Amino acid sequence: MVSSCAAWGATSSTSIFSTQSTPATEVDHLAYFVLVICALIFIGVSSLLIYALRRYRARPGENVEPPQVFGSVQIELAWTIIPVLIIVTLFLGTARVLFSVQDARKPASALDVIVVGHQFWWEFRYPQYNVITANELHVPVSSPAFSRPTFMKLTSADVIHSFWVPSLAGKTDLLPNRVNEMWIDPQETGVYLGQCAQFCGMQHAKMLLRVYVDSPEQFQQWIANEQKTQGETAVTMQASLSVPGRGNAGQGDPPSNSPAARMETVAQPAGTLQAINAHDGKLEFERQACINCHTVAGTVANGRYGPDLTHLMSRDTLAAGAMPNTPENLKKWIEDPSIFKPGSLMPAMRLTERQDAQITAYLLTLK
Amino acid sequence: MSTIPLEHVRDEAPWRLPSRGVIAMTGLIIAESAIFTIFVAAYLYYIGRDVSGPTPREVLEIPFFGTVCLLSSSGFIMIAERAIEHGKMAAFTGWWAFTILLGGIFLADTGIEWYKLIVHDHLTINTNLFGTCFYSLVGLHASHVIVGLIMMLVVLVCAVGRKVHPQHAARVKVLAMYWHFVDGVWVVVFSVVYIIGR
Amino acid sequence: MGTDTPGIPIGGGIEAGIDRTRPHATRGTYLEVVHSWIVTVDHKKLGILYISYALVFLLVAGVEALMIRVQLFFPHNTFVTPATFNRLFTMHGTTMVFLMGMPLLFGFGNYLVPLMIGARDMAFPRLNAFSFWISAFAGLLLYYSFIGGVGLAGTGSAPDVAWFAYAPLTERAFSPGHTVDYWAIAILASGIGSIGTAINIIATVFCMRCKGMTLMRIPLLPWLYATMSFLTLITISPLTAAQAMLLIDRYLGGHFFDTQAGGSAILWAHFFWIFGHPEVYVLILPGFAFANEIIPVFSRKAIFGYSAMVAASVGIAFISTGVWAHHMFTIGMTSFGNAFFTLSTMLVSIPTGIKTFNWLATVWGGRIRFETPMLFSIAFLFQWVIAGLTGIMLSISAWDWQLHNSYFVVAHFHYVLVGALVFIVFAAIYYWYPKITGRMLDERLGKWHFWLMVIGFHMTFDVMHFPGLLGMPRQIYTYEPDRGWTLMNQIVSIGGFIQAIAVLILVYNMVHSYFRGDEAGPDPWDAWTLEWSIPSPPPPYNFAIDPVVASRRPLWDLKHPEDPDSAFE
Repeated sequence: MVSSCAAWGATSSTSIFSTQSTPATEVDHLAYFVLVICALIFIGVSSLLIYALRRYRARPGENVEPPQVFGSVQIELAWTIIPVLIIVTLFLGTARVLFSVQDARKPASALDVIVVGHQFWWEFRYPQYNVITANELHVPVSSPAFSRPTFMKLTSADVIHSFWVPSLAGKTDLLPNRVNEMWIDPQETGVYLGQCAQFCGMQHAKMLLRVYVDSPEQFQQWIANEQKTQGETAVTMQASLSVPGRGNAGQGDPPSNSPAARMETVAQPAGTLQAINAHDGKLEFERQACINCHTVAGTVANGRYGPDLTHLMSRDTLAAGAMPNTPENLKKWIEDPSIFKPGSLMPAMRLTERQDAQITAYLLTLK
Repeated sequence: MSTIPLEHVRDEAPWRLPSRGVIAMTGLIIAESAIFTIFVAAYLYYIGRDVSGPTPREVLEIPFFGTVCLLSSSGFIMIAERAIEHGKMAAFTGWWAFTILLGGIFLADTGIEWYKLIVHDHLTINTNLFGTCFYSLVGLHASHVIVGLIMMLVVLVCAVGRKVHPQHAARVKVLAMYWHFVDGVWVVVFSVVYIIGR
Repeated sequence: MGTDTPGIPIGGGIEAGIDRTRPHATRGTYLEVVHSWIVTVDHKKLGILYISYALVFLLVAGVEALMIRVQLFFPHNTFVTPATFNRLFTMHGTTMVFLMGMPLLFGFGNYLVPLMIGARDMAFPRLNAFSFWISAFAGLLLYYSFIGGVGLAGTGSAPDVAWFAYAPLTERAFSPGHTVDYWAIAILASGIGSIGTAINIIATVFCMRCKGMTLMRIPLLPWLYATMSFLTLITISPLTAAQAMLLIDRYLGGHFFDTQAGGSAILWAHFFWIFGHPEVYVLILPGFAFANEIIPVFSRKAIFGYSAMVAASVGIAFISTGVWAHHMFTIGMTSFGNAFFTLSTMLVSIPTGIKTFNWLATVWGGRIRFETPMLFSIAFLFQWVIAGLTGIMLSISAWDWQLHNSYFVVAHFHYVLVGALVFIVFAAIYYWYPKITGRMLDERLGKWHFWLMVIGFHMTFDVMHFPGLLGMPRQIYTYEPDRGWTLMNQIVSIGGFIQAIAVLILVYNMVHSYFRGDEAGPDPWDAWTLEWSIPSPPPPYNFAIDPVVASRRPLWDLKHPEDPDSAFE
């Protein structure tokens, strides 16, 4: 059973047995210890039961009642004391792991991350770097040579959530008006998956987590990019990137996503003034209510209710892992979030096709 | 159609079972105590955690008079119990009525206190944590006082109509248990709200 | 045989002392019969009402479960909308605990406790009726929520906040509709009914025993029911208080769980689990009660260690009030808090182990008969052991940080509630149905029911542990295909449908046997407690002459005058 657990662990990215970080690994070892003890108890008790059922079944023709035995103090004592000993063993084993994980001291080299849970997305802040991002957590790898664990403080902006990436640690809940703490020290680079583990409303199932464990260099690069505001990159938006959409596909032309098509200004039907381009998209974005909920650092958009979009295009997924980050998905999301996540708190903004396309074009520049 | 009595038992000791009323009222008191415990726990947990609004120290005055009335009514109801056990129905009716009066004074006192808090101090159940916990806990207790008084009034009306007799002593005793419970809860609520919480 | 001769039993030995009068069929117009059931205060009729009500809700909540399993058959399935799915699992859990479990067990208690202690009815018959009808009202109110509001297709205002309804999700700000209100008010009402019945059971056991029946001579079933009732009193009340607080928050602007005003989300969790954990012991203690009666009869031996069983049961009830925060190991308690609740939870396994080993010792050295009640009891024993062991795993707080809120937990508690409780309830149904109706349930159908149930149960709930170990959280309406959970979910779902077939076989058996079953007589199982000394079904007055007892097994003494228990007690 134990080895099949391990084998199964290999097949799933979220197995609690394929651990990459000390909190998870400690628990993993404890789990094996407990499993073995429980397996022995089970085998012992069920063997006795099966034996009794076979040996003492009523044979046909037997009419006499068996000897009536009412109890025995010694036997009762025996099977009180032995379980007490087993429990003491289990408890001591647990206490060791419990205190070492939960009360671990934060080393000076640790990365600080603040996690704020929202319905239905994750906000991540890096106070040491002045970075705010959403849904995809980047942390540096923590090798034995150079230990750099990530110590997280978790809280919630609304209801109770729970941060669970099984390969890295057990889960910790996020509560409003309260700060919980946890830590991870992933030993290998890679992407680790998880999701919210406390029912938090309609889209609890799609509040997914991706943890990117980067090499130290990759992590520094990522931080540097995150620290740039979109005000600095505004200059680069002069290049008009037109996005194919239903409104400007022309008569019968299939929409094309090739770089060449994107660079062209596609002829508009009579009445439409300009091509879809990111600059106009930014103006549209700022005209709409988007800026009340979302932040794009360096612009007037400084809402805190929804995810920070400053570097939206650096993420692999949208809407907390609900779908891959592609232009089509992005456009559909803006059009009506309930296509992907009914119950998401982002309303359908009831934009026209054109507005949709413009805003999408703008968002695609937020690298 | 008969079951043979399984009469092996030869001892002639009388077969005594506890009174249903006492056991049931004990059960009810246990359940109600558990409810009060939760409200008390919330009250204690939230002491000092307000982010706004009037604090207990600012607005609470210790309700000495009402408390004395209520707690002494426990003594008077015991006198009434003893009266009915000894068959003194007139005395019983008198002391019973006095107990109800004391309970009524307690309620009036609470009402006056609440009037002051709501109208003068602007403390309502939705003002802040203190308001919510205070009105819930004290209100829960007051509602139990009201229920007790109503039951006791029914007994009083029956007593005045000469329908209550010494053989009802046991039932009266059960009701008196409830009243003692209500008083006991007030000791706890008083301590938590007016002593610890201020 | 002395069957029709009133008054004097003929002969001695086994025949004497057991009332073999054949019951008369009830007559009356249809309207009179219905009326008699509505106004009844007879504990037997109320017991049947409770049990029937619970079986209806068993089927309803079972359908909800099957719908959940269909939705989870494929990743990204669209069998139901997310909103509907959230309502389904909320209603499934709430229904099974409050509208199936509690009424079913109170129903059996109502029926059996007076009979087993030689009484003619419960201590407070009218309170009994009131408790039933307020529970029935609560169930109807809860299910009215499906149509109160938008309507069936959008499943109206049925609760959708999970059965434990964590704040602040349930506060007005996050649940502006009425789903939470239906949940809170309906369960509050059913809680009042539960408290009433609990008081009634305690008063009955203490105050209504027949002559000679000291507390240490009552059968273990009344003992466990008294313990369970006491636990109910201190368990349901915290939930009632918490729900009142929630309603104050929602309607009077209170701030009990309003984190903006300094309130605490963790407080609800504490209050709910102070109810929630002892509640599961409230549910399982009657299950133990049934096992304590059935296993000895089918092993032909007295229960091993009566006093230890009493002490263990009371001990379980006591300890269970101090373990609640093992549902909260991830909520951010201190390491000391986590350690304390780990230890207290593990301590529960000591008295539980004593009970389990005592059942083993009862079977040991017996002459075991394998009729359907015993088949279900044996499955209960095995499954109870496994459920207890996964419980130990969950009590390991550090490991629970991974297992909490995953399908491992769902598998564990279904193992206890279905594998142990439902199985032993099935045993109880086959055991006492003859007493209640006067007819035997069909043994062949019983065996079909049993084996299908075993296969379906293990297919579902053995496999269900593994998605949990592979990171699948609970209460999600869909899941990602790349997690490796799909095949396991499919097996789990198929097992659910097999269990459904098994339950339908039971329903058919119960209905068919009522009209065509073999006549049972007073004592079809050759058992030893007082309910088997009166006709099946019992007359309204239960006992023609108040029994007088001298031991724990009065009928054993009757049947074995050469070796009576009273010589040993």
